[in-house]
Amino acid sequence: MHKTYLIFKHEFGQAIKRVGFIVMTLIVPVLALLAIGAYELVTTLTEPSVKDVMVIGYVDEVGIFSDHTDQGLIKLIPYPSREDATQALVQWDISEYIVIPSDYTSSGTIHRYTLAKELSTPAMIPYFIDSFLAWNLLKDEVPPEIITSIVSPLNLVVTRLDGNGEIAQEQGNIGNIIIPFIFSLLLSMAFMFGANSLISGLGEEKESRLIEVLFSSVSVRQLLIAKVLALGTAGLLQVLIWLLSAPLLLNLASASFGGFLSDIQLPANFLLLGVVYFILGYLLFAVFSVGVGGISSSATEGHTISMFYILMGFIPLWFFGALINFPDSPIWVVLSIFPITAPIQMMLRLGVSDIPSWQIVTSVGVLCLSIIAGLYISIKIFRAFMLMYGKRPGLAEIIQGLKTA
Amino acid sequence: MTAVEVNHLHKSYADVTAVHDLTFSVEPGEILGLIGPNGAGKSSTIKIILDFMKPDSGDVKIFGKQMDEAFKNQIGYMPEERGLYKRLTAIDLILYLASLKGMDRAGAEKRANVLLEQTGMLENIKKKNKEMSKGMGQLIQFIITVIHDPDLIIMDEPFSGLDPVRTETIQSIIGDLRDDGKAIILSTHQMTKVEELCDRVLMINKGRTVLYGDIMESREKFRRNSVLVSVDGDLGDLPGVIEIKPGKDSVELVLAADTTPQIILDRLRERGITINQFEVKTPSLNEIFLNLMGADHA
Repeated sequence: MHKTYLIFKHEFGQAIKRVGFIVMTLIVPVLALLAIGAYELVTTLTEPSVKDVMVIGYVDEVGIFSDHTDQGLIKLIPYPSREDATQALVQWDISEYIVIPSDYTSSGTIHRYTLAKELSTPAMIPYFIDSFLAWNLLKDEVPPEIITSIVSPLNLVVTRLDGNGEIAQEQGNIGNIIIPFIFSLLLSMAFMFGANSLISGLGEEKESRLIEVLFSSVSVRQLLIAKVLALGTAGLLQVLIWLLSAPLLLNLASASFGGFLSDIQLPANFLLLGVVYFILGYLLFAVFSVGVGGISSSATEGHTISMFYILMGFIPLWFFGALINFPDSPIWVVLSIFPITAPIQMMLRLGVSDIPSWQIVTSVGVLCLSIIAGLYISIKIFRAFMLMYGKRPGLAEIIQGLKTA
Repeated sequence: MTAVEVNHLHKSYADVTAVHDLTFSVEPGEILGLIGPNGAGKSSTIKIILDFMKPDSGDVKIFGKQMDEAFKNQIGYMPEERGLYKRLTAIDLILYLASLKGMDRAGAEKRANVLLEQTGMLENIKKKNKEMSKGMGQLIQFIITVIHDPDLIIMDEPFSGLDPVRTETIQSIIGDLRDDGKAIILSTHQMTKVEELCDRVLMINKGRTVLYGDIMESREKFRRNSVLVSVDGDLGDLPGVIEIKPGKDSVELVLAADTTPQIILDRLRERGITINQFEVKTPSLNEIFLNLMGADHA
């Protein structure tokens, strides 16, 4: 136990001193702060001014659209003919113009002319034209407040209730998925860096034969368990820094960006389950990497083999678009329980679904069993092939090695 | 108590026999030279002794007991191909590995300083391993092997890549360790080092013992009836000499079975020949090695 602790201490110290670890740990809060700072800077420099109000020309061939030309961000200027409007456009007096043809009231057709090469009409333009037309068409027919309602008839406010009919703690908007999604991305990167770091370390020790010196002092079990735990602890430190910095950054971000960011909520149990799945996922990828380190003849070869389970772990991210619409589909439930995909799948689903307790319990249980079985098998593989240099064993040899180790 | 007892060891890899019925022992205060051509089974034998792998049959006892974790602190091991953690400094690596051998930091620092001084490495303790030459790395490895004052030391080619001065230093320390009662297994291709340092030798080929015993007795055993002679002038025809083998500074006279070196010496004196050198020829370990391995390597 004492030797396991000594190796743990050494490996943990080495892990957190690695440049890759420091960069990875700090890059998230630093990038977020930079993004907030950049946004503040840009918004300060580009504060909307009178000059930013868009000036649009129009030709009224019906003869009833003369009022309400100031639509806030858009100001409309009448022109007597299309030729005059075109002249103004090419001289950049206006940014575009519309023609309201004489048959508008029967056809509803409006023609828009612009110098810009665009895929589709910017969303704000039809809105303001709608408003302009409605106000002019109805100005003498109905009270202004009715016109306002006609222009903006819907302000949909959705309230999610829980099973008891009470207002639910999580209201299930886009803000709920943002943090789990970002956290899932970070988890996947952390798993990948952790696995690579372990394989590199074992590769260095195998290539330099230091592994033999170590095994003349400690057992295979002591060395590998200490390495896995040290790397897991370093990873946990990393994720705690991210999680602890999240509320602070959210406050800063919502103060700066406002909008939906102000609505961002962390799903219930997110912190607890985030830490649990992080630890279990990290340990699972680490024990796989120990096995890979045992059979690889070099660190480079180990990294190549490890891509198999690392990429498999990323599957939930690839299909995030489908997941977000049908979070409780059976396939996502299966991936929530399959140990390699479970950590990231669960994090993503937390933001969009109320995951039943049985799924969480099953998923955590399967992960725990997989880690124990993986560690047992990886130690056996490592013991069988640790002294095999320059040659990777085939599948038959691995099976034979598992029987004899 | 015998430090290492190896009994009827057998180990095969697929269809290759690495070790076949190997039996030998090492006593405290003794250096056993383990020699053999490449692929003879030396490394496999060492790895079985260290419990890195299990034999197919046979057993190994360390200080009278089966090898287990408890003995690891009593063993110092220096593998043939060596490397160090590149990013660590020499002293950090030494102290870390010493701690894994059960040493406390203060004791390890004290002993490290003594060994670093002995090997002339004291000024390099703060250097990172990646900044060291191969020879310097070898010395650090040697210090790591012996820092915890092990009772059993196993070294695989400890002199390879070392300059003569550093070789002499290591050789001297190994001699001191033997005098302190340590049991040492020295695996090497350098026959002269085995002759200079070792008390006994175990020569193996294709996993089998071809020579095992006291070095002087082994050399005596393989002694042919011949003498090395250097004289002024011509030897002429000497009765009892069946073959003359010219050498660089002397000639080897191979004697008939009923002729002793004393008879040849008397005959040379009778002829009034000036004798500069007269030596009963004992084969070197290298010659014995070549003689025993010759058939396999022809």
